[in-house]
Amino acid sequence: MIDTFPPFASPRSAPPPAEEDLRLLLLIRHFELTLLRLFEAGQLSGTTHTCLGQEYIPVALKPLLEGDDFVFSNHRGHGHFLARHTDPHGLLAEIMGREGALCSGVGGSQHVYHRRFLSTGVQGESLPVAVGTALTLKDTGALTCVYIGDGTWGEGSVYEALNMARLWEVPLLVVVEHNGIAQSTPTTAQMAGTVAGRAAAFGIPHHRTASTEIDEIRAELALLVAEVRSASVPLVVEFATHRIGPHSKGDDTRTPEEIALAADHDWYTRYAGLFPEAFGRLDREMRELVERAAADVSARPPSVWERP
Amino acid sequence: MTRVSEHLNRALHDLLAADPGVHLLGEDITDPYGGAFKVTRGLSGRFGDRVRSTPLSEGAVVGVGAGLALAGRKAIVEIMFADFATLAFDQLVNFAAASTSMYGRPVPIPLVVRCPSGGNRGYGPTHSQSPQKHFLGVPGLHVFELSPFHDAGRLLETMLALGRPCLLFEDKVLYTRRMYEDGVVDELFRYEVTGGVARVFLEGAAEPDCTLVVHGGMAHRALAAMRDLLLEEDVVCELLVPSQLYPLPDLPGLERAGHVCVVEDGSEGGGWGAEVARVLHPRLWSTLRRPITLVASAPSVIPAAPHLEREVLVQPGHIRHAIMEALS
Ligand SMILES: Cc1ncc(C[n+]2csc(CCOP(=O)(O)OP(=O)(O)O)c2C)c(N)n1
Repeated sequence: MIDTFPPFASPRSAPPPAEEDLRLLLLIRHFELTLLRLFEAGQLSGTTHTCLGQEYIPVALKPLLEGDDFVFSNHRGHGHFLARHTDPHGLLAEIMGREGALCSGVGGSQHVYHRRFLSTGVQGESLPVAVGTALTLKDTGALTCVYIGDGTWGEGSVYEALNMARLWEVPLLVVVEHNGIAQSTPTTAQMAGTVAGRAAAFGIPHHRTASTEIDEIRAELALLVAEVRSASVPLVVEFATHRIGPHSKGDDTRTPEEIALAADHDWYTRYAGLFPEAFGRLDREMRELVERAAADVSARPPSVWERP
Repeated sequence: MTRVSEHLNRALHDLLAADPGVHLLGEDITDPYGGAFKVTRGLSGRFGDRVRSTPLSEGAVVGVGAGLALAGRKAIVEIMFADFATLAFDQLVNFAAASTSMYGRPVPIPLVVRCPSGGNRGYGPTHSQSPQKHFLGVPGLHVFELSPFHDAGRLLETMLALGRPCLLFEDKVLYTRRMYEDGVVDELFRYEVTGGVARVFLEGAAEPDCTLVVHGGMAHRALAAMRDLLLEEDVVCELLVPSQLYPLPDLPGLERAGHVCVVEDGSEGGGWGAEVARVLHPRLWSTLRRPITLVASAPSVIPAAPHLEREVLVQPGHIRHAIMEALS
């Protein structure tokens, strides 16, 4: 992949992300923005949780994951999915209940099972299941990756699973998207102690990163993730991140200052400012791609489901 | 006009104001969010740390509620979606309910677990269920449901006065409807509430062709079916809505019913309707002309896509069809 971005002068020394990565970031961003727009226009029902601001996490992890790995996702899973399977049409059809839906429109936004990607809408439920799949991957070189939010560390199943993961030495990569808030409740009002301390209690290695730079993150994690595969051990990777959008839709009760603070960390505005031309071109390209996908999927007939 | 969610919100305000021993726990229930369905709005501002937002820990939070109750307070716990009440099953069944009698003497546990339930909102399989049936038949555990007829304040008082753990199911679509007032449903139907059971009837009608028994969240769909049956099929129905689903209270007037039909939103099989029929069959055996009709949602997960969800959950058309079939 040729990097088409001009070198830029920035207070940060990191080079711009590869075009391929930026495309994926923008695909996810426009996918999520489109969902919010469709909701506003009354074309979507139910609910949805967008990953605005957090897109870089699954994008950074993408090349660290292999084809045989299981990936478990949660309610905020569109980015996790798109970084695993570049199929915005299939996912949108699932969310809209149209022909070509990944799960016939039964699961919707929060319940997708496609190849070895699985999401569920009940917090904390996935971790024990992830341990079970990881048991079958022991010594195969593959791993199970499971995304959870900081709030989900309230659920007891998380600890029961971590205990077994360590006891039985399974290749489990726990990715914590620590955005400092769960729905409306700040983490400080939910969590005593820290994620690091909790991982340490089980003797599970823990790595925290505040970086939002794709390549920097990959460099930090490459060896650690390789170790999960080769030594068959669990690992907790904690991303200090920011949710720049609402929890679902129109339900952000943070103060304007708090929202602005989160938005300060948005890779989108940063990249747009750093290399406006190349960014603008890709941004337009991906926005149009998603717009076309939305028009295409909206015009499809409803999904068909054979009820068991 | 008062929306059901506002009515319940006011009832909670009044209850916490009247009784300083009442505590309220749940995820995201404090202001400014005021709960996922805004039922707890304004309470934390007014009552301080008697109203607590909790971590995502349904099982433990219900346990904490039981502990508050054990220690002499009264606890109301909100589970964000009824589907997650399964996470508190052990605390409810093996602790809260069992404790009221397993120590050889009555132990009061005034605990109410509020569960926003039901579908028709496109929330998908894990956020749309009506899991009432999973909590039936547990000794010591009472199951209630909010309705547009019953005063929520009185309901909360009744539940807490029992001194036993109660589940209160609250249909999420019902939240958005208005409370009925002054005995009037619409231009056709009137209602009265006696002994905790709401009876909706056609004014002046003698014996109904069919009496429907439903839980609060089903009331509007049952009413829609009753209206169609009356206007298009000339079938006169009466509706009974008990606020207490288990143990089933005495249901009035069934001896003169031409037929009885129980409708529930839960999935078919092992449901509330079967429990109602179990209680009613021996009582009505001599007057029943045919077996009680049970209508439930399909034995299925609840799809997210609205066109699929509609097929699975009970709709007015299903009720009408089932009644016509039974009466034919
Ligand atoms: C068992 C359970 N309880 C509650 C919820 C409702 N809920 C959905 S997401 C969420 C907050 C999750 O917070 P966190 O894990 O930090 O993830 P984030 O939303 O910040 O990405 C809550 C309370 C749920 N889906 N499952």
